[in-house]
Amino acid sequence: MGNKQTIFTAQQLDAYQIICNPTLKANVLVLPRLFYRYRDLAPQLVPLDYTNHPDVKLPYELIGSMPELKDNPFRQRIAEVFSEDGEGNMTLDNFLDMFSVLSEMAPRDLKAYYAFKIYDFNNDDFICKSDLEKTLNKLTRNELTEDEVKMVCEKVIDEADLDNDGRLSLEDFQHMINRAPDFLRRKKEKEVLRANTVKLCPASL
Amino acid sequence: MPRRSAAVEDVGIEIDEDETDSDDGGNRRKANRRPAGGRGGGGRGRGRGKKAGSDEEEDDEDEAPKGRGRGGNRRKPGNKRGGGKNNGDDDDSEDESPKKKRGGAANRKKGGKAQDSDEDDSDDGKGKRGKKGGKKGGKEEESGKGKKGDAKGKDKGKDKDDDKKKKKKGDSSSDSNSNSDEEEESMSEGEMARLMEEVEEKKKLIATIRNKPWRMKRRLVLLKEAQQFVDKFEGALGKGKGRKWYAYKVMMTKKWIKFQRDFENFRTACIPWERKIKEVESHFGSSVASYFIFLRWMYGMNLVLFGLTFGLVVIPEVLMGLPYGSIPRKTVPRAEQDTAQDYSVLMDFNGYCKYSVLFYGYYDDKRTIGPLKFRLPLSYLLVGIGSFGYSLMLVIRTMAKNADVGGGDGEEGEFTFAWKMFTSWDYLIGNAETADNKYASITTSFKESIVDEQENQKDENIHLRRFLRVLANFLITCSLGGSGYLIYFVVKRSQEFANRNDLSWYEKNELEIIMSLLGLVCPPLFETIAELEDYHPRIALKWQLGRIFALFLGNLYTFLFALFDEVNSKLDEEQSIKNASIWAMKEYYANYSRLLNDSDATPPPMSPADVIRGPCWETAVGIEFVKLTVSDIQVTYLTILIGDFARAVIVRFLNYCWCWDLEAGFPSYGEFDISGNVLGLVFNQGMIWMGAFYAPGLVGINVLRLLSSMYYQCWAVMATNVPHERVFKASKSNNFYMGLLLLILFLSLLPVVYTIMTLPPSFDCGPFSGRAKMFDVIMETITLDLPAFMGTLFSYAANPGLIIPAVLLMVLAIYYLNSVSEAYQNSNMELKKKMQMARDEEKNRRNNKDSTNQVMKDLEDLLPNRSLSPPPEPEKPPEPEAKPTKTKPGSAGKGVNLQKDVALASSNPNVRGPVDRPPGPRGPGPGPGAGRGRGRGRGAPPS
Repeated sequence: MGNKQTIFTAQQLDAYQIICNPTLKANVLVLPRLFYRYRDLAPQLVPLDYTNHPDVKLPYELIGSMPELKDNPFRQRIAEVFSEDGEGNMTLDNFLDMFSVLSEMAPRDLKAYYAFKIYDFNNDDFICKSDLEKTLNKLTRNELTEDEVKMVCEKVIDEADLDNDGRLSLEDFQHMINRAPDFLRRKKEKEVLRANTVKLCPASL
Repeated sequence: MPRRSAAVEDVGIEIDEDETDSDDGGNRRKANRRPAGGRGGGGRGRGRGKKAGSDEEEDDEDEAPKGRGRGGNRRKPGNKRGGGKNNGDDDDSEDESPKKKRGGAANRKKGGKAQDSDEDDSDDGKGKRGKKGGKKGGKEEESGKGKKGDAKGKDKGKDKDDDKKKKKKGDSSSDSNSNSDEEEESMSEGEMARLMEEVEEKKKLIATIRNKPWRMKRRLVLLKEAQQFVDKFEGALGKGKGRKWYAYKVMMTKKWIKFQRDFENFRTACIPWERKIKEVESHFGSSVASYFIFLRWMYGMNLVLFGLTFGLVVIPEVLMGLPYGSIPRKTVPRAEQDTAQDYSVLMDFNGYCKYSVLFYGYYDDKRTIGPLKFRLPLSYLLVGIGSFGYSLMLVIRTMAKNADVGGGDGEEGEFTFAWKMFTSWDYLIGNAETADNKYASITTSFKESIVDEQENQKDENIHLRRFLRVLANFLITCSLGGSGYLIYFVVKRSQEFANRNDLSWYEKNELEIIMSLLGLVCPPLFETIAELEDYHPRIALKWQLGRIFALFLGNLYTFLFALFDEVNSKLDEEQSIKNASIWAMKEYYANYSRLLNDSDATPPPMSPADVIRGPCWETAVGIEFVKLTVSDIQVTYLTILIGDFARAVIVRFLNYCWCWDLEAGFPSYGEFDISGNVLGLVFNQGMIWMGAFYAPGLVGINVLRLLSSMYYQCWAVMATNVPHERVFKASKSNNFYMGLLLLILFLSLLPVVYTIMTLPPSFDCGPFSGRAKMFDVIMETITLDLPAFMGTLFSYAANPGLIIPAVLLMVLAIYYLNSVSEAYQNSNMELKKKMQMARDEEKNRRNNKDSTNQVMKDLEDLLPNRSLSPPPEPEKPPEPEAKPTKTKPGSAGKGVNLQKDVALASSNPNVRGPVDRPPGPRGPGPGPGAGRGRGRGRGAPPS
């Protein structure tokens, strides 16, 4: 196996490749490449030898400044959700996890699950009104008036809340997302703007 | 794979003995490894019935907590496999006594690697519990992120350690792969099959692992690692090649997806102006974008018309026809030659312009031109008619297609806001500018939907509203009627004026002044009146378009009226000139033959510039249209420059030194005038259609206009306009624009066809000169160039006896199709209603019964804090079999998916039926951790 240097053992590489979504399984280079991405964020912090799982965390400030994330309104949430400590500080595993989920190859269900977590700002496992408001304000950069925000949130809950408890459970969320014309593909087709976007998946790294 | 199986067949029998040997070896190995690994249960599952069996069982008990914990953790990803693999194991054990050999072989294989045995170990633990219904518990353990945190925590810690150890072992043993590979060949076919089955199961599992990481990755990384080793081992065992193939397949899939994506990117990059339009759309909403899309569509259509006209008429004439100055029609007359190059003359399309390929008059009337014998007159006529045919077809086809789209999107509206909220951000955006655009477009689209929603929610005094609408329509009808009458009156007066010479400036230009005044005053007036109606802006736009369209028809009417007057007078003039010139010719020839006694007439020795010629009304009409188009372009561009750009500049910069806030107050920035621009485009296209026959160059001018307009207006709208106050969504199908276009097309078809069919062409210019009617050229072709029977055929076809039935047939067909489409529409509505009802029902049902279906409940279990309730009774009915699928909560929403997955999983139960393990290994039973883990979280299930 093309284990470059000795950042990882062959076993680690293997395992990562199976587990991560950037399923370039046959291409062992992905992991090191991702690793270097990770390491480049803070070369002084990250050791070059990962064979014995050093406990290194990168702070959110560094993670959030990655080109893939820095324009994302939910970057903080993403970092928080994928980080182990919930603060956005990421270990390499968290980092890989994030890329794995955000990769194109990740299945819709997985994405939906993480999307739910991302939108669930207060971590109560329900998307409630306050979460929706936060989401909306992030999406529109506070351009909507208060009334409009309120109305939209009510509409969203009205539409997607199946059990009428006034908030969206994961189940509601998935029910809704699965009916979306194309939760995944939409990301490609609708935005022509993406022509000059960087793809948030390791494949493009 | 095939290779291997063949090998096995060959060797099958002899190898049996080997197997027994190796069997022992395997066990030995296992035994050795046990102490090293710290967990003995190496081949427990398989090794049952061996000498090591009893030891292992004991071991098992020791390890119960550990194994369980891990097994549990792995459970979820391993769900499917759990069923399959365990079953496999169980089968093994069942068959064990009769066929020790086989089991042994398998064992050995497994034992080949340390990790593998460990893997089995945990699997077994899992399996055992699984039998007791612990499967669910296992799964939950994993799935509940926090819920069983405590129980899990410990296990996890252990697991990690174990895994690390395993890893190290794995290093050393990885090379043993090849050895075991060879040995594998020594399996009987039955074993092969079984193993392959297992391999399949595991493959399935492995393939889905990565889709299942519901928990923090770190755990999974470590846990799955172990599974991966199994996979690898299995792969080495049964499918060294298969695995490679699988990897290859995955890689190719990935490449393919990437390619598709790039291709998609490339395709959108190929759609002209797509990005520009999207940018406009993201800031101004789809209604403004719909104008630009319409503009682009027009450009495409005109490009085709341009290709037709230039390819088949203009370029052949330029390349193969006689050059400029060779014949009178291609020469500027002597009288005009002095001024023919003046700028003002050229700007009026007189002088050299008039005698160029741009206009009808330049074309030669010879039946064929050039060495290719190109039938120019015929081509000219056919292109003229073909342009109309093509435009009609295209417009109608587009309308039909748009209608289709409108019907297909029925499901929209169910989750409009929710989708907008959760799926609109493009996580691939990694560019600040793009992100800005995206923010704008999301905001805009929210605003659009909000407007729609507000419209729905508006509860109003319906009677008042109706009254106001009737009133508004009444007012507008009045003003339309008034302006119509005014136009009629002015046109009549101008005809009177035409005969007088003592006209004031006003009287001369009265018609134009009135027309432009009407065009200036009426649209805003209509808009103001439309406020009364309080329609949704989208509908209001349609009304506005329709009304202004009606007003502009008056414009068109006056224009055509004036034109026909001109044509008639030119025809009279031409008649006299024709007579005069024919007479002169006759005279000349008479003199010529009399003087020279020669019947061979040579043309009079006159320079082509001096020949007397008729007024050539076709060219005059063409010039009118070209002038109109050009002035229209100028006016449009100047309006944008002054009305929008200058205004924006003033508002922007004078704002620093002005008494009130210019930006927020009076002048403010302009909004993009959708209705005006669309109508401008539509009417312009009408001019092109009407004029193209008499001025082939007009199409080229129009293409240039549309092209520049696209860039210019895109820039102008982005730079100088502000979004509408109420950004609204354009209707999906911009069929309304198309409808207007169709109407205009039809209207412009009429005069052209009329002139082609009834007016005599000029006698000395254009491709049809010398013929009584323009379409004579077709008759000529039929009689001269086509075989005789074709001529008779055509004459039959032209027989009214045939035409009338044909028309009748068409009418009937239209009627039939119309009723069919109506029926479809009805059923469509019906279906939509049903869907809505089904949805409501579903919602109601959910509200009433909390636990409607198993799947949903399982899904809920994924949420940690719900599963804190006490664990239910540990004994689970076999239905958990279906669970593995549910681990992917995504499938919950989709019945279909779920079904599929369940089907996948349920293939296992059959295998599993006979499972009967020796009681020993199962001993540990549900430990404390397992007990907790097994909870469904929501109390005992109904079944």
